[in-house]
Amino acid sequence: MVTRTLSEADSAHLVARYGIPIAASLRAHDPDDAVAVAHQVGYPVAVKLNGPRITHKTERGLVRLGLADGPAVRAAAVALLDTALPVDGDVDLMVARMVSGARELVAGMHTDPQFGRCIMVGVGGVLAEAHADVVFRLAPLDAADAADMLDDLRSQALLGPFRGEPAVDRHALVHILVALSRLAAAEPRVVAVDLNPLVVEGGVPIAVDALVETT
Amino acid sequence: MNANAGGGFEALFDPRGVIVAGASSHPGKFGFVVLHNILRNAYAGRVFATNIDGGEILGVVTVPSIDAIPDGAADLVFLCTPVAANPQLLRDCARKGVRAAFVMTSGYAESGEAGLRAEHELAAVADEVGILMAGPNGQGVVSTPSSLCAQMVAPYPPPGRIGIASQSGNIVSSFENLSLGSGIGVSRAVSAGNSARVGVADYLEFFAGDPETDVGLGYLEGVLDGRALFDTLSRVAREMPLVVVKGGTTGAGRRAATSHTGALASDERVFAGMCRQAGVNQATTIEEAFEAAATFATQPLPRGPNVAVLTTAGGWGVLTADALARSELSLLPLPDDLHAAIDAMVPPRWSRGNPIDLAAGETRDTIPEILQLLGAHPAVDAVLFLGSGVQSNQAKLMRTGKFAADPGLARIVEYHERQDARYARVAAEVSAASGKPVLVATELAVTDPANPGPRAVRDSGKLCYWSAERAVTALEHLWRRSRVLQRDRSATRTP
Repeated sequence: MVTRTLSEADSAHLVARYGIPIAASLRAHDPDDAVAVAHQVGYPVAVKLNGPRITHKTERGLVRLGLADGPAVRAAAVALLDTALPVDGDVDLMVARMVSGARELVAGMHTDPQFGRCIMVGVGGVLAEAHADVVFRLAPLDAADAADMLDDLRSQALLGPFRGEPAVDRHALVHILVALSRLAAAEPRVVAVDLNPLVVEGGVPIAVDALVETT
Repeated sequence: MNANAGGGFEALFDPRGVIVAGASSHPGKFGFVVLHNILRNAYAGRVFATNIDGGEILGVVTVPSIDAIPDGAADLVFLCTPVAANPQLLRDCARKGVRAAFVMTSGYAESGEAGLRAEHELAAVADEVGILMAGPNGQGVVSTPSSLCAQMVAPYPPPGRIGIASQSGNIVSSFENLSLGSGIGVSRAVSAGNSARVGVADYLEFFAGDPETDVGLGYLEGVLDGRALFDTLSRVAREMPLVVVKGGTTGAGRRAATSHTGALASDERVFAGMCRQAGVNQATTIEEAFEAAATFATQPLPRGPNVAVLTTAGGWGVLTADALARSELSLLPLPDDLHAAIDAMVPPRWSRGNPIDLAAGETRDTIPEILQLLGAHPAVDAVLFLGSGVQSNQAKLMRTGKFAADPGLARIVEYHERQDARYARVAAEVSAASGKPVLVATELAVTDPANPGPRAVRDSGKLCYWSAERAVTALEHLWRRSRVLQRDRSATRTP
């Protein structure tokens, strides 16, 4: 099956429609525009290269974090646009408010060849594969299933109060998992969703990056 | 699939008469072994056998064809006949009133394209003539309520409440060996073979409605239709505890995925999540699965996670506390009233906490009294008793040595053996009176099953666990199910 990934902007737009909190992220066409947008969303910001064919931004170094002022945003925007390869096709920039928290989670949806649509939650954000503390359930999920997924994670200590931050808001996390399940049911062409990372800011999980894969 | 249309499962597990088609006079052939095992274990219904050459095998006068069997005398047939003969045999059997066939013959889908075609053809004939077809390429079926041991291998397990269905025949044998060794019995056991028409999940679904079965125990390998499996297992697990082992983890589900979620979605993780969602207790080994099923069959569910550990000496209690710390169960902080009560019973060197380690300070009635106190205490959800058989082990050394005739020795030997047997009886009585699980663990269950401690546990109808860690794992399975049921109940209360 040939699939394609939506651009970051379109991915963010789709998951936001199902009530998944995602860090405010706006598009910018060039470095000047990026600075204007950064003033609008508020510092510090992250600037990323955006395009429908771009995945695995972190691995490619296409995300610049913690930019504190206009000159920093401009420099990052220029550098990112220079990094774009011909295979990336049309690209522009995304400017997002920095979400900060000591903990990163991950959530998503996957179409399993045997069991169909599954919902996932895990610990570790971009390091989830190394942590291997992730659990799956079959969609559709109800709130009880979603709550049980959280109980099923090994790293319970990470969900409690942590380094001066409050405990993870379990209701908010359950809400995200159930929203992914609703998205899976309502969007038959969507075969996969990544919310990675889900940064826990003041106890509240917020998706910082979303990736949607469709047929 | 409504596999039981026509009462096929009833005929498979409680037949009024059976036919062994292709019975052999050679004791090395499975057409002989199956007939032998049916007769050897005193199946009460009528037994017929076909053999091309006729003659008598094990006292059964064989007939050359199905036609010679009286109408309606048998409702189950075991096919030990060649692939080419089977379609016609099914038609002949159907005319005689047979409603279920266990096809032991191999050479079907497992052997390639031609075999697969033959399997489809045979299954189509079975559907056409209204016969429930088990197998092909299966090891057989056991059903203790009917004293039926129609397997091509040993053993025949003791009667009990566990229903076994397996995609692999030798795993059925393993479960049956564990049943025989532990004394925790089996109601039905079946190897699904190639599952042309009836798969493991279908058997488990029959067990869920079977008055002879309280616990399902399944072994699965490949999954063809994951959603159908999930739906069936969910229905079964609502009716009874269901323990499942999954083999054949290949990592094939882990593809070169674009998404991180897909890269993380290994077969094991998705299957494990599916089990938990369905309310199924998944186990990773055959021993763990059997012991969980045996515990479901013989102990009440704990209402909470708080475990009291009673031991006669130190190290066992320490390791058990460690095992509990790793589990979803909890080591109950010893309530003050229990602390005071025990303090009044034993010398001050006892542990003064949970694990309750008596440091060998117990006298004749201490252990029964503490077991009763623990069972009756509202903070205790489950009890683990360690140290069964220790004194009987010493008694054995005395009884079998050159000083055995000494009257002092003889008296203490008798005393110790009586005490160990009594502890096991009290453990079972406390469980029955309190409705709480009370588990006894000692390696003597394996190293010396004749020891009066483990022997009495077995005589009380309970599993004597081979170690405290294994008892903790089994109890954890019960607690998981207890939580699932509590959650379901609260979900029904709040619409």
